[in-house]
Amino acid sequence: MKTIQRLALLFTLGFLISCGGKEEKKERVNYGKKPKVETKKEEPKSDVVPASKRITLDNKGVGKIKNLELSATIDNAMVERGAALFKTNCTACHKTNKRFIGPNPTGIMERRSPEWIMNMILDPKLMTEEDQCAKDLLIEFNGAAMANQNLTEQQARDILEYFRTLK
Amino acid sequence: MKKYKFQLLSLLGATLFLTSCGNNNGQSGKSSGALNSSAAEKVYVAPGEHDEFYAFMSGGYSGNLTVYGLPSGRMFKEIPVFSQFPTSGYGYSEETKPMLNTSHGFVPWDDAHHPDISQTAGELDGRWIFINGNNTPRIARISLSTFETEEIIEVPNSAGNHSSSFVTENSEYVVAGTRFSVPIPQRDMPINEYKGNFQGALSFISVEPEHGHMDIKFQLIMPGFNYDLAHPGRGKSHGWFFFTTYNTEEANSLQEVNASQNDKDFIAAINWKKVEEYVNNGGGTKVPANYAHNVYDESTHMATSTMKKEVLTVNPLDVPGAVFFLPTPKSPHGCDVDPTGNYIIGNGKLSADLTVHSFDNMIAAIEGKKFDGEAYGIPILKFEDVLAGTVKSGGLGPLHTEFDGKGNAYTTFFISSEVVKWELGTWEVKDRQPTYYSVGHLMIPGGNSKKPFGKYVVAMNKITKDRYLPVGPEMEHSAQIYDISGEKMELLYDFPTHGEPHYAAGCPADLLKPKAKKFYRLDENKHPYAVLSPDQARVERKGKEVHIYMSTIRSHFTPDNIEGIKVGDKVYFHITNHEQDFDVPHGFSMIGQNTSELLIMPGQTKTSLWEPKQVGVWPFYCTDFCSALHQEMQGYVRVSPANSNIELSWSLGD
Repeated sequence: MKTIQRLALLFTLGFLISCGGKEEKKERVNYGKKPKVETKKEEPKSDVVPASKRITLDNKGVGKIKNLELSATIDNAMVERGAALFKTNCTACHKTNKRFIGPNPTGIMERRSPEWIMNMILDPKLMTEEDQCAKDLLIEFNGAAMANQNLTEQQARDILEYFRTLK
Repeated sequence: MKKYKFQLLSLLGATLFLTSCGNNNGQSGKSSGALNSSAAEKVYVAPGEHDEFYAFMSGGYSGNLTVYGLPSGRMFKEIPVFSQFPTSGYGYSEETKPMLNTSHGFVPWDDAHHPDISQTAGELDGRWIFINGNNTPRIARISLSTFETEEIIEVPNSAGNHSSSFVTENSEYVVAGTRFSVPIPQRDMPINEYKGNFQGALSFISVEPEHGHMDIKFQLIMPGFNYDLAHPGRGKSHGWFFFTTYNTEEANSLQEVNASQNDKDFIAAINWKKVEEYVNNGGGTKVPANYAHNVYDESTHMATSTMKKEVLTVNPLDVPGAVFFLPTPKSPHGCDVDPTGNYIIGNGKLSADLTVHSFDNMIAAIEGKKFDGEAYGIPILKFEDVLAGTVKSGGLGPLHTEFDGKGNAYTTFFISSEVVKWELGTWEVKDRQPTYYSVGHLMIPGGNSKKPFGKYVVAMNKITKDRYLPVGPEMEHSAQIYDISGEKMELLYDFPTHGEPHYAAGCPADLLKPKAKKFYRLDENKHPYAVLSPDQARVERKGKEVHIYMSTIRSHFTPDNIEGIKVGDKVYFHITNHEQDFDVPHGFSMIGQNTSELLIMPGQTKTSLWEPKQVGVWPFYCTDFCSALHQEMQGYVRVSPANSNIELSWSLGD
């Protein structure tokens, strides 16, 4: 009787270990030890591209911005206003040189449609409820929900123009 | 499924039946036992729906003002006014400490009494609500957009600021009459020389029309009576103010007996327009005084306290035709003027009857110079000449009266615990309903203005006893709401109130709902220590003072690791909430801090002082559950010994 139980336990343990091993090749968490500074962070090897890297240019998102045409040239006055607005309203969570609480907006125009960006700024709650990409981003960024900063459509548009300069 | 449908149908039927009953009730005005079930429907506000009226209940000895919904009796907010309020940090934060400054220093508490909503042309305009601090005489003005206290002015030469804070028809003035007469100016003298030496100040505080800023225009220095309650004239009596008095005996001890000797005391009728004209033409005497004027600025999120050193006093005898006494029986308490402005009701609290004076009669008597002697040189009118009628109520201990705008008045009776409905003009009692128990004030939304909204009356009771589950000797007071839309009043519901509501003011929800502020705009934040973008977050040392410029957003503080603080430092946390959305405050609390938390509204900056006494690494955190990552919203401050060389440093995420 006891032998059977032991065998079963061993089998189960083995199964669990092998499962874990297959999926996660991430560095083990070392409780009580500092992470080595020189360690390069490896990207998790997964078939699924993380939402922050995904290219979804066809997706306009959910919200009041249905269609937005960008002019060929960049409007510098708008960029200036957008940069100032971004600084006060967004930099608590978004940095332009690294991922922070939220994604890094540099290069965002190559990944997201202008409509999607505007909708995300103007109504993040609706977006995370109804847009798949926004939902996945919320999960990827530890459930840190984006704050609605109550910007006007024009203010969001200025920020978008600023994003066009971040490459 | 079928059964379910049937149930639905019968429910519909029942609803129809009830609705039609309700309508019939309105027509026949007869409330029967079968309708008792509809009392529940009348106060039921379905989940997610809003109440029809706001009610602002004075918090009495809590020093604050509470906001309720009617008819549900649900409490929405406690607005800190005269008392420190750890829930938000009011009176604890560096910005709001000056709000509680007085000529006696910092006073952390008061006894809040009579709220009154600002008016234009005699109707509620919903800009501000005023309330008086009774103990250390003060008047506060509260914004009805932010629902925060914006201004407090101390009233000199006053004591027991009870006959206040009532506003004139266009909010020209808010009045502050003194309950205690005192030596003016204050001086060292025997108490038993009260009679003939003490005086009572009636202060007229002007309200600047755009921002509501208050300033004492003049103080009328009256004989040494107790000035109990007050009411402004309306319509034709606009320009007059009426104050009830008691202790015209001028007793200085055992007033319970000695102030109840005279058969009649007075209602003092003040023609304030005449006094205003007098002082505008240079009349009155400026006397030295010392009183605090505290103003909170919404754009800097800061209060400043200024001591004023002078006040303009007026001797009533210097303005002939401005002040008269109307004899009124039995130590009158409530003083109420009906919506037409003609009837002045004095509720003799030791009497069974109500005395109603007529403004028209009063003017006729004054013009005919029909005086019945004088008191301290102030003419006394003949009781019979000014009397319009007497309401033979059959109740005992009448206190306060409100109006429904349909020709009816409602008076509370403290001793007999009831609300009595009577008709203006005929003085006939039409209905009476018991209250539970010992009712003080009552309130009909707009019921003291030219335009009452006579749908409900709320009775505010002094004694609760068995109305709720017992919770030890101390009970919250109880309020009762009655439907007064029919001929008979119908008791609908009981609900507890906070502190001791002396009076309340109510208004239709639609007056305030659209303009209630949702958050403060960060780009309008002019606080000198505000951090408008996170890259400005920093720590600065000035000797032993350390200023931490910190910002918050869901869900982190910038910075969240601070080193280089030393034992004996005075550490100021200046925290700016960078949220720009409705209802996303962040809290701040520091372990071992000898003060309250801060609750910082979106776009707002608040400051908390911490004086670390022990070496160590001490955490702080957000106290308001702000997001799924609220439990992660925290940080550490390293405190080193006083002689340490650790450099000041701060960081977030690196």
